[in-house]
Amino acid sequence: MTAPPLLDAHLVADRSAFHLDVRLTIGAGEVVALLGPNGAGKTTALRALAGLHPLTAGHLTLGGVDLDRPDRRVWTPPERRPAGVVFQDYLLFPHLSALDNVAFGPRRRGADRRAARARAQGWLDRVGLGGQARHKPRQLSGGQAQRVALARALAVEPTLLLLDEPLAALDARTRLDTRAELQRHLGAHPGATLLVTHDPLDALVLADRLVIVEQGRVVQEGDAATVTARPRTDYVARLVGLNLHRGHADGHAVTVGGLTLTTADTVRGEAFVAFPPAAVALHPARPDGSPRNVWPATVTGVQRHGDNLRVQLSGPVDVAADVTPAAAAHLGLRPGQPVWAAVKAAETRAYPA
Amino acid sequence: MSRPPRRRQRVPLALLLPAGLGLLFLVLPLAGLLVRAPWTTLPRRLAQPGVLTALRLSLETATAATLLCVALGVPLAWLLARVEFPGRRLVRALVTVPLVLPPVVGGVALLLVFGRRGLLGSWLDATFGVSLPFTTAGVVLAEAFVAMPFLVIAVEGALRGADPRYEEAAATLGAGRWTTFTRVTLPLVAPGVAAGAVLCWARALGEFGATITFAGNYPGRTQTMPLAVYLALETDVQAAIVLSLILLTVSVAILAGLRDRWVGVT
Repeated sequence: MTAPPLLDAHLVADRSAFHLDVRLTIGAGEVVALLGPNGAGKTTALRALAGLHPLTAGHLTLGGVDLDRPDRRVWTPPERRPAGVVFQDYLLFPHLSALDNVAFGPRRRGADRRAARARAQGWLDRVGLGGQARHKPRQLSGGQAQRVALARALAVEPTLLLLDEPLAALDARTRLDTRAELQRHLGAHPGATLLVTHDPLDALVLADRLVIVEQGRVVQEGDAATVTARPRTDYVARLVGLNLHRGHADGHAVTVGGLTLTTADTVRGEAFVAFPPAAVALHPARPDGSPRNVWPATVTGVQRHGDNLRVQLSGPVDVAADVTPAAAAHLGLRPGQPVWAAVKAAETRAYPA
Repeated sequence: MSRPPRRRQRVPLALLLPAGLGLLFLVLPLAGLLVRAPWTTLPRRLAQPGVLTALRLSLETATAATLLCVALGVPLAWLLARVEFPGRRLVRALVTVPLVLPPVVGGVALLLVFGRRGLLGSWLDATFGVSLPFTTAGVVLAEAFVAMPFLVIAVEGALRGADPRYEEAAATLGAGRWTTFTRVTLPLVAPGVAAGAVLCWARALGEFGATITFAGNYPGRTQTMPLAVYLALETDVQAAIVLSLILLTVSVAILAGLRDRWVGVT
């Protein structure tokens, strides 16, 4: 991308003992997901962007205009930022109808009552709720309230659209429909969009790019394919369902703990090695033949995982293995049992740390 | 809303007994009024001009005092609930002082400030030629002084219970603090304001001590119903009972009406 990003932010903020330090750029029309575990600082970052939490350092530039820059004493209050927010529990004003909720923003930004209502009706039609305009928030279902909240945020035509866990409050079925529809609206939004979520599926479906934060810092960012193929932290590895270990590589061999794994990729120096649980085979005794990555391990736990069983193993490295119920029955798996684990070199992926 | 299945619940005697006694304690004096009322001469006594004048003055001054309390008390409650400032605890305690102060002392204090030689009163008199004591405006002032804490406490409680994140949502939609207050905060706490105003009005209607001290007892000008009752007691007990009955009937009717309309449904 040659054009400067629409949003260019270095968010440094403090909240009691918590310290946030996140760099974030979003282009026009781009949807970025801020993904991380609970307490990672996602919501603080969103609140800082909206002007609800002041920065202690860094900067926030939107469309070339500094909105928050502590070192130059620049600060723009939330009501003067070209931003729209969809809050986690929507925060629709309970005393106003759906129409007046959506008209609230345009009205505050200078439209007269009639124009604001006309615009609000247009947005309600666009999210498929034209017929519910007169309903109060308590008369709306969760999915409908979510769409009204989205319409309310979009009705101010924000340069920066912020969504805080927009699907978290919905049940599974509604979430599926709403996610598809949200994808359509986010795709049509010409400004920058930041989506805060802890659900990797939301991030993968809705976002062009993922930024993963843990403990107030960015630990990894990139498009979905890169992040899912090459996780860099345990959190990301768990999200995408991979075994991840960090070790020292020397060509085709990566030494992790006391174990040397042979990999198909060539890397030197500090490296990650990742492989899916399905690539781990379990044997009652040391196997002969092809697999070179073989080690003795102890079963620590067995859980259902889809149609298979996920087996947690401890040993020189702790890994998860997926086995079929038939194989599990054959092995007689139970916690404490010694087994041999094997991974084919072709199924591992190694990349520099 | 799901409701637990109805079943006859045993009410413990240890609660039922004092509850019943409490109710009796509150209702018996009212019953006494009804029993001793001079029902036969009632129509004639009602028609006496002084009665209606005092009643009208009472209703007007209580309503004016309530409006004054709402205009000043709601912003004060907002300040106490939403703004961190040094000495907030002290201010909160000061606001409730009229609750514990004997109203007569309140009236004396008002005289010391607004009296013709008072701290503000002398200035008001010299600058605008305005004198508040012993006027109808003085009655309103005395009633507002005593009744304001009821409003402030009710509204502050409502504001503390209201989710401040609605105000943040309003800010992100472009509303400044004043617009947020009028368009979002106030509608959200409207039931609390209404409840506070009703309490405030009821207290103002029954106000006696501060009123008689600060505003005196001039029929048609400062003699409200409680004052008229007190005066009547010295000369004609029957008249006092009639006045009390009227005050009681009117206030209960208005409170019951307001309660169903505003306070009951929240």
